[in-house]
Amino acid sequence: MKVDLRINGVVRSADIEPRKTLLDALRENFLLNGTHAGCEHGVCGACTVLVDGEPVRSCLMFAVQADGYEITTIEGLAPAPGELSVIQDAFCETHGLQCGYCTPGMILAAHALLQHTITPTREDIVEAISGNICRCTGYGQIVEAVQFAADRLRKANTPRPHNGAPHHTQAEHDAPVEGVLAAAADDEPVVEPK
Amino acid sequence: MKPAPFDYVRPGTLAEACTLLAADEDARLIAGGQTLVPMLAMRLARPAKLIDILRLPELAGIREETGAVVVGATTRQAHAERDPVIRASVPMLARVLPWVGHPPTRNRGTVGGSIANADPSAEIPLAAVTLGADIMLATTDGPTSMPADDFFIGPMLTSIGQGECVSAIRFPVWPHRRIGVGFFEISARRSDFAFVAAAAQVALGDDGRCIDVALGVGGVGDRPLRLDMSSLVGTELDAASVAEAVNSASDNIEAMSDLHASAAYRRRVAGVLCIRALEQARTEAAAKPAGGAR
Repeated sequence: MKVDLRINGVVRSADIEPRKTLLDALRENFLLNGTHAGCEHGVCGACTVLVDGEPVRSCLMFAVQADGYEITTIEGLAPAPGELSVIQDAFCETHGLQCGYCTPGMILAAHALLQHTITPTREDIVEAISGNICRCTGYGQIVEAVQFAADRLRKANTPRPHNGAPHHTQAEHDAPVEGVLAAAADDEPVVEPK
Repeated sequence: MKPAPFDYVRPGTLAEACTLLAADEDARLIAGGQTLVPMLAMRLARPAKLIDILRLPELAGIREETGAVVVGATTRQAHAERDPVIRASVPMLARVLPWVGHPPTRNRGTVGGSIANADPSAEIPLAAVTLGADIMLATTDGPTSMPADDFFIGPMLTSIGQGECVSAIRFPVWPHRRIGVGFFEISARRSDFAFVAAAAQVALGDDGRCIDVALGVGGVGDRPLRLDMSSLVGTELDAASVAEAVNSASDNIEAMSDLHASAAYRRRVAGVLCIRALEQARTEAAAKPAGGAR
């Protein structure tokens, strides 16, 4: 079947058998090997991609079902070739990855969380990555990486688009963003000694 | 871990989907696919044809009716979890949804899919049976419906016929003002399959006495079970009455036994979780102000 998929902002077409999962299509047809194949039956989360901004398991979706959605893979997060997104960089800084197998899924799950939650609690982070299994790094440093990234994104003061369904009521949306002023206050201006 | 070959069709209307389904006994419906695709990957299921109903407009949306909220079958679990109508009017469904799978599976998984799958430990069927929801079905002869209690007949077994499709779930809305919900489950890991789950909904009058109560357990029997708690109506849901009602109702449950939990364990945990769920529901209801209509 001919399928047109919008992947990382680019429409790409391929002739794909119905039984081929989105995961296999991404890796084999479009050579986006950053999406990792783990258990291939929806348990491990290594194959997580964003569909319309929300994390889903690409092994539990057939490529023929994926037309019309905005699909984002790990390759679509970096602002430019050779650069890292804030979250990717935070994972490096806090040693949030060791073998790296679960990392694309973890980062995409964290990315979706931080798109709609400016100041996530530890519980929010744990819930967001609860569907992603890590077998070597340990979750402590991964949670730390997401906390670190959240902190940096708050300080960067970059507007974040609300992808997908709204997660906040209008009242919550209009309220001053918790942590923004505090984060700014933490940054004492460095006074050079004269 | 690769599915066997199948044909894929995406009909434009619900009637067309039912006709396709009725015409081919090797055809299966797919919506979110969060249970079906693993079954295909492990080749536990080998349908010749998949009929994709996820984008059918007739199956989408959440609407309020008199005394009920109708949740379209293809409503994503993640969407239902955040929906203000469901939170306000079917609080039990809103309470159990965070326990269904993980965020990425709830982003694709549908409310109707969980109903049609009929896993005995699943939370959405438990809420449907406990609240006495109606399962709305689309058939080649037009729409029909049946009570959730008749719909679930065993583990992964429903009384749905060939060519029939779950179109929506009609959850009754309690008219009372002071309503509280309680939910507890025991599983090996967070969001894993529940060994035992208990859900309770309680309505209190202005005098703090129980006007209406619903209690259900999942994961214990071969399908979700609603327990008769009518003896609690009129009481203040004190510990002694609750324990007595739960004990007499849970005595007769036929519990399943498997590698994870014995029947005796399940029955015992069910009793404890039922009492906790009722207590949580009562506390939540009691915290709401008395007086006035809903």
